[in-house]
Formats: sequence, structure tokens, C-alpha cells
Amino acid sequence: MAAPKIMQQGRVVPWLYLLPALIVIAVFILYPTANTFQLSLRDRTGRQPATAECVEGEPCWGPFENYRYTLTSPEMLIALRNNALWILVMVPITIGIGLVIAVLADRVRYESLVKSIIFMPMAISFIGAGVIWRFMYHIETGSLEQIGVLNAILVGLGLDPVPWLSTAWVNNFALMAVGVWLWAGFCMTILSAALKGLPPEVIEAARVDGATEWQLFWQVMMPMILPTVTVVLTTMIIIILKIFDIVFVMTGGLFGTEVIANRMFKLIVTHTGRSTAIAMLLLVLTIPVMVFNVRRFREQEAMR
Amino acid sequence: MRPFARLNRMFSRLPVHLSLGVLVVLWIVPTLGVFVTSFRSREAVRTTGWWTVFLPQEVEGKVEYATYCEGCHGADGAGVPAADLSDPAVVGKFPRSNRLLAVLRRPLESGELHVQDPGLPEDPNQALETLAPILGYMQVLSGIEEGAAGRLTLRNYADALVGYKGTQDYLTDCEQGVASALAKFNCDASDLLRPEGMGRAFLNTVAVAIPSALLPILIAGFGAYAFAWMDFPARQWLFAILVGLQIIPLQLALVPIARMYTSVGLQSTFLGIWLFHTGFGLPYAIYLMRNFLGGLPREVFESVYIDGANHWTAFWRLAIPLSVPAIASLGIFQFLWIWNDFLVAKIFLSSHPVLTVQITNLIDPRGANWHILTGAAFLSFIVPMAVFFGLQRFFVRGLLAGSVKG
Repeated sequence: MAAPKIMQQGRVVPWLYLLPALIVIAVFILYPTANTFQLSLRDRTGRQPATAECVEGEPCWGPFENYRYTLTSPEMLIALRNNALWILVMVPITIGIGLVIAVLADRVRYESLVKSIIFMPMAISFIGAGVIWRFMYHIETGSLEQIGVLNAILVGLGLDPVPWLSTAWVNNFALMAVGVWLWAGFCMTILSAALKGLPPEVIEAARVDGATEWQLFWQVMMPMILPTVTVVLTTMIIIILKIFDIVFVMTGGLFGTEVIANRMFKLIVTHTGRSTAIAMLLLVLTIPVMVFNVRRFREQEAMR
Repeated sequence: MRPFARLNRMFSRLPVHLSLGVLVVLWIVPTLGVFVTSFRSREAVRTTGWWTVFLPQEVEGKVEYATYCEGCHGADGAGVPAADLSDPAVVGKFPRSNRLLAVLRRPLESGELHVQDPGLPEDPNQALETLAPILGYMQVLSGIEEGAAGRLTLRNYADALVGYKGTQDYLTDCEQGVASALAKFNCDASDLLRPEGMGRAFLNTVAVAIPSALLPILIAGFGAYAFAWMDFPARQWLFAILVGLQIIPLQLALVPIARMYTSVGLQSTFLGIWLFHTGFGLPYAIYLMRNFLGGLPREVFESVYIDGANHWTAFWRLAIPLSVPAIASLGIFQFLWIWNDFLVAKIFLSSHPVLTVQITNLIDPRGANWHILTGAAFLSFIVPMAVFFGLQRFFVRGLLAGSVKG
């Protein structure tokens, strides 16, 4: 949409309005991105080239030594595996639960109450959520009663309490459950808005034609909200790529729960090169979604 | 048949209600547990689950009291005016059950046995064993000891606010003049500002969140206005870049900005963290405001230009007042985002801990201070929850307006 003649102005005025924003973005986003790439080719102090980190007789990627660490070191492999696990397991479950709640809540009178409750975890900090769930998973190892809900239930059923956060594999799923609890409300809100935006006459027509509720959902509603589901999916993938607070506060990345962003955080002080190389990995993993978002935006603009 | 129609419908919907009910309970229980725990004494938190406060409490000694004492003294303890057991002064005379036993062995003024039908066990040890729970019950009755029902307390919040980690609670230790409390604390209102407490952290968070929410909106307002109502060569692709930048991981900026801040003296300053949040809040803020401003009716702007207004006037007199709904959504969204941020504050404001950072400082790896930690967590929830429940409409609108920032 070109501005009409009447609103046209000199060549300089628009840039004056844009200047503050462009300066801030250049200083805080563009320059750091370039600088992070530079630093990722340096050693732990950020002063020498990364080759200084190479050890005689051990594999070395020369100037890309920090990327060797990022892509092949045992602790990073665990982190990469866990982020993949979150994306493959936690994201579909979260979107699924969000969708189920959006569909079910639409049929009851207390819809807004249900949605407020499911959405509430989004309002509090991930650190606070971490405290809430550490308490849920608490294990009492002495002779005292179990005060964490989950272990109290297990003991009540006559089973042994489980150290949820320090048992390998169990802990990853315990952390993912926290993620589902946090983000299901986000998925629900966006998907619910999409469902409510569907034209009622189409749904009525399908009902009149004798479609069951199940068919109605899968064959009429689902295809229509698919673009929104894609947006939710890509947004969740980005969120999970950067997942940090929950893991930091609940396990600190110990016992096989390490994730990319937590490893990056740990190395900020101790190893500039590795830390920035991991940040570059996060950027590279984000780029496909960026491209997708820009494309989608241009399509929307073309339709305006 | 009609009366049953509604009932039928209700039953056919039963699975819907049940599944929603289960989900709602699953979503509430974790938060409820922390909320309840924050009001329980350290001892209660350590020894019993928080859910027991909802169970009927069997008060110890009640049965024994009913057997031996209730006949004369009454259920409320005030049955005998001369020996009113609901009076703390009366019950306070018996710190131990052997003192009580001595009085009970003495006959009453009428010459009858003090305790009769049934009488106390003859054997002194057995008698004392019977009396111990009765005395405990009398202490609850007279209010000397808090009963099970009255075990809720605000003391955890005092501990969290000042950041107290002593063996008892802060208020008790201050009253009793315990050395560990007096060494670091003044035991007056000034303790609320101690650097390791949640009180100070609360103020720090306010000082971070408000400017960090307002600054990007102001800067974004100018930029968004240019994108929406001005014509310049690179407009389309510059805006497309902003769309892409919305999801750029802020991890990319941590190390370079930390190094830059150290060299220019902005490390661990409020100005530094305001600017950082402004930088990463801008792409989303410009995107949202440009969409809103661009959606305003063109005629409104045309008419003011015809009337001779320039862009500056149109921006302040027209664009800003009209975009108050967008500014509100954006402001609330950005405010909550920053209020809840941990990573940026941890790195750029380490010497002024905000709420989230202070909570992690309070965590005890052995899990021995849940009473304080839960109180601290809830202190950090007060503002987001008030904002969320009070301004939910704006919050959800901000969420729906675009893809989500990061």
C-alpha cells in the first residue's frame, strides 16, 4: 500500500522517525550477532584464535574448534538429543492438549473459567513454575512423610517414592510435563481463537449433512485451522529451542537433562568461544522458522 | 419426556465435563500446593503434606478431655467459672502435666475427688500419660498453642521479604534476640531493603520492568508510524527483516553486550538492562504497532494533512491517542515478559537481584526451606497474577496480534 501523494514527505523525514529504532536494533541485535560469530572463532578468553584450544594428538577443527565442541562433545550431544526430544514429544503433546481444551471448553458455559485456569501458568515466571514443580516432585529420603504430591500418591498406593528429577530419562519427562503445564494455555488460546473464527454456516452445513462430531472436527474444522496450527507449531519449536529457565532451576542440566541454552549459559563466563559457538547454533536452527515467518508475512501483505 | 431432555443432554455431555474437570484439577493442584504451603509453619511443612490442611484434623487429647473433664468444665472449657480452662492465665499455670496431676490429686473444696467417674489411673506414670494429651488440648483450647486449624501463618512471608535463613523464623528470632538474627538484621523496617531479601528484589524488578516496557513502545511508535504512513524506498523489505528478527534468540547478544557493557561501565546498571530489553522488544513492538496504525482508517489521516498538520502533529495528536488499545496490549505483554525474565537479569543486573534471580538464590538443594521458597515464589506472582486476571483481555489480544517474540 503506497502512501497517497498527500502524505508524501521529503526523503529524510521517514529515516528520522526510524532512526532511534534502527540504532537500537543495530547496537543490540545486529552488531552482537556479527560479534558472536567472530568470538565463536576465538578461544576461551576471546583473545586468541580458537586453534589455541587444540590439544596435540586429539581431533581438532582448527579455527572451528568451538564448533567441534558444539556438535560432537558428549555434553552437547546430550543437550542436542534433549532439545530434539522436547520438540518431538513435548511440543505435539502440548499442542494436542491445547487443542482438546479449546474444543471441549467451547461446549460448556464455564468456558472462560476453564481457559483462565489453563492459561494462568503463562502469567508467572518460568522460575516460579520451576519452584512449583520442584515441590510437586520433592522426595523425602529420611523417615519423614512424603510432602511432594506425586511421591505421596505413590506411597499412598503402596509403591516406593521416585527421585523424579535425578533419575535418568524419568527426569526428562518430568521436565517436559512442566513444559506442557506451562504452554498448553498458550496453544489453547491461539487455537481457540482460530476455532471461533470459523464461519458458523460451514459447521452448520456439515452438521445438517449428518457429520458426526468426530468427522466434523477432523474433516471440517482441522483443515480450516491448519494454518494456525502451523504457526503455533513453529512458535513452540522456537520456544523449545531456547528452553532454559525450567531446566536451570529444576535440575541445572544434571542427570542427563542438559539442553542447548543451559550449556550456553554455563559457558558464558568460563569459555567465550564455546558459548558463542553454541549461540550461533541456536541462530542457525532458528533461521528456517525466520524464513517461514517472513514468507507468511509477505503472503499476508499481498492479500491486504 | 420433556423434563428429561435437559438431563439427557447433561449426561451426554458428561465426558466433556469430566475431562475438563480433570484437566482443571491437574492445572490447579501444583500452584495450590505452593500457595497453601506458603502459609504453613516450617515444622508443619516438613512433617505433613500441604493437602492435610483440607482434611478434618483429629485434635490430640480431645477424646481424653471429653472423658475426664468435659462433664464439669464443658466443651469450651469455660464450664467452671472459678477454673476457666479457656483462660490462658489459668492453663499457663501448668507448663507440665505433673503440675496438673498434683492439683487433680487434691480433693475439691466440697471434699469430693477432683476427677471422678471415671477417675484417673492410680499409677502416677499412667496418670501422667493420660494427662499429657489433655494438657495439650487445654493449651489449644485456651489459645496458648495454635491448634491444627490455626496453624496458618504469615511468618514465611516475613522471612522471604528480608531473606532470613536462620533456624527459627525471622520474627521469633528478633523477638528473642537470637544472635544469628541480630548479627545481620536490625529487626526493624529497614530489613525489608536488605539485598538478599525479596522486598528489595521486588523494588529492583519494578525498577527494571516499567522503563523496559515503556521505552520500546515509544521508540517503536515512531518507527511504526513511518512504516504505516510514510513512503520510503526500502519500506517493504526493511519491515520483512523486522518480522524475521522477532524470533532471533537473545542468547546471540549475551556475550558481546556483556563485554561491551563492561568496557563502557554499564555492566550491572539499570540503564544497561533497560536498553537490552528495549533492543529485543523492538521488532515485535514495531510489528504490532505498525499493523495497528496501518489498520486505522486512511481518511482520518488524510483529513488532518489537508487541514495542514505535519507528521509530527499527526503522530502525537492522532496516531498515539488512537493506538492506546495497541499500546496497552503491548505494554502489558512486554511488562510481564520482563517481570518474569531470569536470564537477562541474571547476566546484566547481577548485583541488583530481581525477583526471579532472588528466588534461585533462596533455593536450598536439600529442599529444607519450602516454607520460605513458596512464600518467595508467591511474592513474585502477585503482580503478574493481578495484571493477568485484571487485564486478561489486553494480554490475550497482545498474544494473538502476532507471532510470539523471544
